[in-house]
Amino acid sequence: MPDLEQAAMESREKSHAEVRHFMRFTRAQRYLHAALFSSFLGLAGTGLPLRFSESIWARGLAKGVGGFGAILFFHKFCALVLTVAFLIHLKEIVTRGIIHREKGIFWGATSMVPNWKDVKDLFGHLRWFLGLGAKPRFDRYAYWEKFDYWAVFWGMIVIGFSGYAMWFAPFFARFLPGWALNAVLVIHSEEGLLAILFIFSIHFVNTHLRPDSFPMDLVVFTGVESEEEFKTKRPQEYERLKAQGKLEARVAEAPGIWQINFSKVVGFTAIVIGLVLLVLTLSAYLRES
Amino acid sequence: MKTASSIALVLGALLAVAVPRAVWGQTDCLSCHADASLQDASGKSVGVDAHTFGASIHGSLKCGDCHATIKDYPHPDQITPVKCESCHADEAAGLAGSVHSLKSEHPCTSCHGDAHAIFPKDDARSAVYPLNVPRTCGACHGNDAMAKKHGLPNVYPMYIDSIHGFALSKEGLLVAANCQSCHGSHHILSHKDPLSPTYKTNIPKTCGSCHAGITANYMGGVHGKAVAAGDLKAPVCSDCHTAHAILQPTADAFRMQSTPICGSCHKEKLSTYRDTFHSQLGSLGGYVETARCWDCHGAHDVLPASDPNSPIAKANLVATCGKCHTGANLSFVQYQPHANARNRKLNPALYFVRLFMNLLLAGTLGFFVIHTLLWLIRSRYDQIKKKSTEGDNHA
Repeated sequence: MPDLEQAAMESREKSHAEVRHFMRFTRAQRYLHAALFSSFLGLAGTGLPLRFSESIWARGLAKGVGGFGAILFFHKFCALVLTVAFLIHLKEIVTRGIIHREKGIFWGATSMVPNWKDVKDLFGHLRWFLGLGAKPRFDRYAYWEKFDYWAVFWGMIVIGFSGYAMWFAPFFARFLPGWALNAVLVIHSEEGLLAILFIFSIHFVNTHLRPDSFPMDLVVFTGVESEEEFKTKRPQEYERLKAQGKLEARVAEAPGIWQINFSKVVGFTAIVIGLVLLVLTLSAYLRES
Repeated sequence: MKTASSIALVLGALLAVAVPRAVWGQTDCLSCHADASLQDASGKSVGVDAHTFGASIHGSLKCGDCHATIKDYPHPDQITPVKCESCHADEAAGLAGSVHSLKSEHPCTSCHGDAHAIFPKDDARSAVYPLNVPRTCGACHGNDAMAKKHGLPNVYPMYIDSIHGFALSKEGLLVAANCQSCHGSHHILSHKDPLSPTYKTNIPKTCGSCHAGITANYMGGVHGKAVAAGDLKAPVCSDCHTAHAILQPTADAFRMQSTPICGSCHKEKLSTYRDTFHSQLGSLGGYVETARCWDCHGAHDVLPASDPNSPIAKANLVATCGKCHTGANLSFVQYQPHANARNRKLNPALYFVRLFMNLLLAGTLGFFVIHTLLWLIRSRYDQIKKKSTEGDNHA
């Protein structure tokens, strides 16, 4: 089984354009991810000073941007951007999966819905970590990618609902009991904390910083990946498409140099911001408890 | 010496034409002392400005009325100090029992200024004219070395930047509190002395001499009643507003600094308030509208929730919360501004919500941290192994 390291070496030997590239994410999906991570960074950056309002850096940051009035404004603005992105995604799912009855949205190898293979892959992967078995052959979305997706999906509903409940508290109080207004802050801040800690540590490492992808997996920015990368990371999908004769339809143009460089700048910026926020969060959290 | 005296006498006779009628009878003394450059043996000026003295509150007196020991000319070089108390007995008695009793450090002139230029206290030229009082007291009480020596705060800069100081120095308000409005003038006592107007239990009355309405409100609230009952732990005006650096209570700085003051006694309430959105927003500044203690509890007439007049009485909550939260209803006001998610007995629902969220957080992160660490180790191991086999192949 060719390893990525080898693949990378081979691709370095071959000229960039000679290597076949395959489409993984559509333009719309990439834009959605961009909207998601930039608004998430904004929400994290403005939410953390609030969660740890007694810490020195929170007060310094608040002072720097014109006090909490400014922070709150920006937090709400990012929340609206993320809400719109979420609604667009929901509309896409409903249109494709329910109205057009597209197969593979809710069922099968291309779906985000977890299936029995994911459970087997999880345990297989754990066995492989410990040297007790072969590496599972992943399909289009591996179990940790599905977890990322559903964590964000659940997170957006929970954080979004609790956030709007605080934003429009008197309105929500018409159908929520009074203690729920206390609970939404606890939920919002704990779920936000979980999202921040998860994305800036687990997601970053799983997707970008692990040796196979280090320092960054650009596929979510460029939309395409090399044949070797495809084969190594998702052999099952590659074989399936090949067997179905659909592989050729997925061939795409190699990304331009500017596209790669631009993706790197954006991606590294996001990762650095995320890691800084992670350090601040951990330091404030540990000092608090 | 003799020639000098006769010259002075001639000069004095000439001057007599020019001196005001009020000091007409003092030409003998002024024939020498009108000379502004005249000094005694120790180099101290003994010149007297006849015009100023004549206009001063003591202008109708004769030199000998105060300098009673001087009967003849020439008089001795060393003269007995003037005894103001021979006329001003009450003031002298007050001073003798005050913090300024040490006469060598606090002669009358240390506050009233030049003995020959003393004006009534409603005259703008007086050192104790209301608008001049802070500067007069500040000559000593604005001095770091002096403050340190006596273990006192350096109060002048605090006062002058306070709301009272601004009213006085910027607006020229005669009714603005100056030093002596609160401390008195001659019989100034330490704030530790129960007779002092600045003794804790006397402060409401002292401030109330101007702020009568507020004091009446305060005396009706729990703090006022506690103080009246002799509870020295209950706050008086200066505990929240400070004594000298008093700020406009609606000012950002005051709203930012005052919550911890309430919290210095109400520790548990401050801690639970800190957990809420009100505090989280409020403590970051620039958004000072978020509710502070007194926005809900009232400032001066703080009353327990059981009192129907309290803003936090059940029947008043909709109105109280509604001050900021337009549209607040009965369900909305069940919100607990001091909920404690760590207390299972007081807030069971919140306790379990927090517990669930914490378990979710710890469980998710715990699993994935282990998962990802193992993954990292395994991937790196494979990478190194591959490299070494490739190295072998090349060799």
